[in-house]
Amino acid sequence: MPTLYLTRREHFNAAHKLYNPNWSKEQNDLVFGKCANENWHGHNFELFVTVKGSPSEETGFIVDAKLLSKIINTYVIDVLDHRNLNMDVPFMEGKICSIENLIYEIWLQLEPQMPIGVKLHGLKLVETPRIFVEYFGE
Amino acid sequence: MSHKVSVFRAEHFNAAHRLNNPSWSEQENQRVFGKCNLPNYHGHNYELIVKVTGEIDVETGYVMDMKLLSDIISDKILNKLDHKNLNQDVPEFKNLNPTAENIVVVIYELLRSSISEHLDLQIRLYETPRNFVEFPVS
Repeated sequence: MPTLYLTRREHFNAAHKLYNPNWSKEQNDLVFGKCANENWHGHNFELFVTVKGSPSEETGFIVDAKLLSKIINTYVIDVLDHRNLNMDVPFMEGKICSIENLIYEIWLQLEPQMPIGVKLHGLKLVETPRIFVEYFGE
Repeated sequence: MSHKVSVFRAEHFNAAHRLNNPSWSEQENQRVFGKCNLPNYHGHNYELIVKVTGEIDVETGYVMDMKLLSDIISDKILNKLDHKNLNQDVPEFKNLNPTAENIVVVIYELLRSSISEHLDLQIRLYETPRNFVEFPVS
C-alpha cells in the first residue's frame, strides 16, 4: 500500500507574552518588544497535525479523522483554547511561550497518543497569517 | 461627472481580552460568556478593514490618500490596540466590555474625526476568520 500523509487542522485562541524572568524588564523590552507587554496580548492560532501511514484495506483510512480530531482536542485544544499560555497551561510552565517552544511541547503531548500504526509526521503552528513554525520530530 | 467610489485599507493587530460584566455574579458571567470569561484572558489576531466612500477628487484622482489613511489608522488605532490587553491597557474599555461589537464602534469613533466629513466611513472588524462585525450598518 502507498504511504500517505493526512492533515487535520484545528484552531484555538489564547493570550501570551514573551518574557524571560531571568532578565530585567528593560532587557525583555529590548529583545521581545511589544510581545513583552506585561498585560499580555493574544492570537488566533491554527494547528495543522500531519500523520503518516498507509490506508487500511478495511476502511481506506490512515486514521479516522474524527478520532484524530478528538485526540488533538483532548490533549491540546481543550488545554490551550481561550487560555493564557503563560499562566494556565501546565505543559508550558517555566517555559518561554514562543511558538517554537509551544510547537515542541504540543508534539510531546500528541506523539504518545497516536493510535497503533499511525505515525505523527509533522506539526505546523500558525501564530498570525504571516508567522508560522513547523516541527517534524527531530 | 462625479463618481462615488469606496476605498478600503486592511490593517491588523493582536490583542488579549476577556468578556466580563462586573455587575453580574461569577456564575452569571460564566453562563453567558463561557470560555471568553476565563480570568487570565485569551486573545485574537484582529483584522481591520476601513472603508472610505466618496467622490473622486478631480485634482488628485483620489477619494482619499491611502498613505494618509494608513497613517491615521496606525496613529489612532494600532498604536492604541496592538499587542495590548484591551481590558487593562485601553482606557475606552475601562467600563465597556471589549466585544467585537463594542470594539468596532470604538474604532469608528476614534477614526471619524480624522477623516473628512464629506467622506462616509464604515469599519469591518474580524475577531477570528469566522466572526466579524461591521459599523455603521449600511
